[in-house]
Amino acid sequence: MTEFARSAGLAGPDAEARLRRRYAAERRFRFYGQAAIGAAILFLVFLIGSIVTQALPAFTQHKVAFDLQLDRAVVAPSGRAAPEDIRENVAGFYRLVREDLVERFPEGAGDASDRVELYSLATRLAVLPVAHDVARDPSMIGQTRRFWIALSDDLDLYLKGLVTRENVMTLGPVITVEVGRGDDSVVLTVAEAAAERIRANAPWSEPDRFLDGDPTVLIQAGDVVLKALELDGPEVKAEVLTGDLAAPNALASSPLTVRTIQTPETDRNVTDRQIAWTLALKSDGRIERRLNTALTSNADSTYPEIAGVFAALVGSLFTMLITASLAVPIGIMAAVYLEEFAPKTRMTDVIEVSINNLAAVPSIVYGLLGAAVFLNFFGLPRSAPFVGGLVLALMTLPTVIIAARAALKAVPPSIRDAALGVGASKTQAVFHHALPLAAPGIMTGAIIGLARALGETAPLLLIGMVAFVAEAPSGPTDEATVLPVLIYKWSTGAERAWEPATAAAIIILLIFMVFMNAVAVLLRRRFERRW
Amino acid sequence: MSETDEQASTSGAPPKGPVKVDCRSVDVFYNDKQAIFDISMVIPDQSVTAFIGPSGCGKSTYLRCINRMNDTIEGARVEGEIVIDGVDVNDPAVDPVLLRSRVGMVFQKPNPFPKSIYDNIAYGPRIHGLARDRAELDGIVEDSLTRAGLWEEVKDRLASPGTGLSGGQQQRLCIARAIAVNPEVILMDEPCSALDPIATARIEELIDDLRQRFCIVIVTHSMQQAARVSQQTAFFHLGKLIEYGDTETMFTNPANPKTQDYITGRFG
Amino acid sequence: MSDHIVRAFTEELEALSADLLRMGGLAETMINDACLSVTAPNATLGASVMATDIEVDALEAAIEKRITRLLALRQPLARDLREVLAALKISHDLERIGDLSKNIAKRAGALDGGADGAVLKGVERMGRAVSAQLQAVLDAYASRNSDEALRVWEADEDVDQHYNSYFREVLTYMMEDPRTIGSGAHILFMAKNLERIGDHCTNIAEVVHYLVTGEQLSSAERPKAPELEV
Repeated sequence: MTEFARSAGLAGPDAEARLRRRYAAERRFRFYGQAAIGAAILFLVFLIGSIVTQALPAFTQHKVAFDLQLDRAVVAPSGRAAPEDIRENVAGFYRLVREDLVERFPEGAGDASDRVELYSLATRLAVLPVAHDVARDPSMIGQTRRFWIALSDDLDLYLKGLVTRENVMTLGPVITVEVGRGDDSVVLTVAEAAAERIRANAPWSEPDRFLDGDPTVLIQAGDVVLKALELDGPEVKAEVLTGDLAAPNALASSPLTVRTIQTPETDRNVTDRQIAWTLALKSDGRIERRLNTALTSNADSTYPEIAGVFAALVGSLFTMLITASLAVPIGIMAAVYLEEFAPKTRMTDVIEVSINNLAAVPSIVYGLLGAAVFLNFFGLPRSAPFVGGLVLALMTLPTVIIAARAALKAVPPSIRDAALGVGASKTQAVFHHALPLAAPGIMTGAIIGLARALGETAPLLLIGMVAFVAEAPSGPTDEATVLPVLIYKWSTGAERAWEPATAAAIIILLIFMVFMNAVAVLLRRRFERRW
Repeated sequence: MSETDEQASTSGAPPKGPVKVDCRSVDVFYNDKQAIFDISMVIPDQSVTAFIGPSGCGKSTYLRCINRMNDTIEGARVEGEIVIDGVDVNDPAVDPVLLRSRVGMVFQKPNPFPKSIYDNIAYGPRIHGLARDRAELDGIVEDSLTRAGLWEEVKDRLASPGTGLSGGQQQRLCIARAIAVNPEVILMDEPCSALDPIATARIEELIDDLRQRFCIVIVTHSMQQAARVSQQTAFFHLGKLIEYGDTETMFTNPANPKTQDYITGRFG
Repeated sequence: MSDHIVRAFTEELEALSADLLRMGGLAETMINDACLSVTAPNATLGASVMATDIEVDALEAAIEKRITRLLALRQPLARDLREVLAALKISHDLERIGDLSKNIAKRAGALDGGADGAVLKGVERMGRAVSAQLQAVLDAYASRNSDEALRVWEADEDVDQHYNSYFREVLTYMMEDPRTIGSGAHILFMAKNLERIGDHCTNIAEVVHYLVTGEQLSSAERPKAPELEV
């Protein structure tokens, strides 16, 4: 200890202990702060990571190539090749797709249940883009063109590996093939080692025999797909799911791919045959994994593979436009009046308290208000972005007013004095000086309010914006839905494919919000001035 | 009448020049609280009149009566007459906005607008329509900056922000801004309290120059400053005018013991 | 008057005043001792006057230093300013008084008993009057009493009259006996010195009056004895 410390009474064991305690407290506090920030970052990373990993599969999609003979009689049955008729002719195009499927897989053309099984490789509405393409270019009629059509969502998920766990192994070619040993099954003879591996990978309830409810073992060679039924030494008894065994060298020439599908057929939405057909198409080179453009360009659909957020995005945009064009100017004007002009009376106090309280009112209450006033009393259209915008504007208004007042309060009074001092009127002082200086703060507040409105679901449910809308709205009075409502709807969808789609929609909403916040930051940077 | 009022009325120095501002029995109230008690004084033209007194004595309040800046304070009420060139500023017929263009003001903290130097000066003439075209406005800007002794320092960067200047330059910019609208009276509310001594000296020199053309009233906490720049000094205490006389007498031989105590640093 | 908010300021002013009064006391002693050495020649007395003068000079320098410091650091205003200015002037007057007294003592040594005791009595009388003036004006300063200062200021007339009559007396004395011209001249100078000391006292009185009231006394208004005609 220095002489100074001693003379100041800062030395001695007591003082040193006190000093140590003080530093320890400081270190502890710093640690708590860092821990809190660390935890926040961890949660954020976890949240974003889980959403992104969930959403990733939804950004790509498997598509099947179809060579469609665009027969005029089917494509334009009315005889006219009017684009609007072609555009609507889903049935016709779907017939072409079905015919193509039957042609490729004749075994699926049996009874009605066979056909349903086969046709569900592509949903009916998935042909819409084809119809649109042809409608845009009717000269295609009569020709054969190749079109890529979305694979059914369940099979898409199967290919992405999201339906079931699957063990895949490649074995050497078959040694002999024997067809029709008393039934329609075949018996393959494979190398001993290969048979051992198949056995080891077939976790059946009874050794060497497939029973219903057991995991399926598929054996694929080229475009032939078999389902293993019994194992007997090097012999594998199997059922032909698809493919022509009579074709030369069909089986014997290609190596075998054996996949064990762990989830039994009864527990999944895709049948073994559908999987076989998909594998066959894949080996034909007719299935490709492509970017899922439907997600951003399509409207909502009941089929996940063709559902998109576009309509909701447009609906959100219209709603935000209405909200912004109402809440921001009204909010700013109200704030300017309250802050700069209104005399401080009991009345203004009441108004101020009311505004602060309104900002804390649950958003669903605004929905109820909107439903009661705008829909029932004024008779405005249901499900319209206009009404949604009105409701969200009401909800955002208090936030904007509070932010704008705070920003105006933060403008130093000396600036107003300066303006008044050179003979500016009160209005000039406010609009020439105080308001421009407060603008960045006001903008930030307004955009934060709008971002909150953008993510709002509850009030919009109540005014009918949850209705199913298949077309993007062309104006604020059309029926529409918005992104958060869409996310809510998708998240309740029964099919597995909605899960990644929901996550993808959340990411799109987040990007929208980040974009808005970036605009806010930019505006702030641009207009911020130092005084 | 109390004793101090008697002294106030008797110690009011006869102005050397023609009278510019004639205040008669001015009272100021903030809601129910009276801040200024019956102050009458005569402020001569083309000279500097300093208001001194301890904090809260009402000198700033009184100053702000002259251009009706108290109007902007809620609950403030001014009684009595303040006559500038024969017109009572509190007359309902007098527009406070026009009054403030005739009675300019410079504030305690340099408060340039966060705009360019040029726009700072041009703002007043623009809103009052003093210039017909750009050339005329340029002329006003140059003239005002020259008179404020700032032209040489800023003529090459008129477009840069006024807030980028040093404190003293900012305050001279504010003075230039005040004289740009061609006022007759300039009120200064502690214009140097935020400045260093060199900047203060520049401002004081400037005030001394401006005295040739304007009637200047300055509130200051620095007795030395009042002594250096003013010709008349008024001492306020607790909302009353204790003594008003020529500066020399006030600082060598004040009549009122309260003034004496305040000036020699014996107050309270 | 109440104290300054800055107590050190008050203390410095008080110290200045105390120094000045000490200097005044020394000057008074010098006058008395010098006059005593005239009527009762005494070598130690003369030496003590010389020594006191050195002390007075040192005090004046010290006071000047104090004043410079005060002006630079405290920037006194109003009464304080007058206080400081008064101290400066008074210290100068007192220093002059000291010099004049020293001169008297010197001349007393030069007389060396070569003068009539009766004539020398006049020096003693005048010395008493002047010393009384100085004492009065220092009292006025100590009590900051302008009335008393004004009385001293007016009483200088008496000193002047004293001087006039004594001048004539010494002149007569010298005319009677030309051998006494040498000592007479010394005596005349002593009288003149005492008269000058009286003038310095009036100066101090004027300063005290200014210090207390803030108003200047013009010496033109001062009642004066008729000019001496030779």
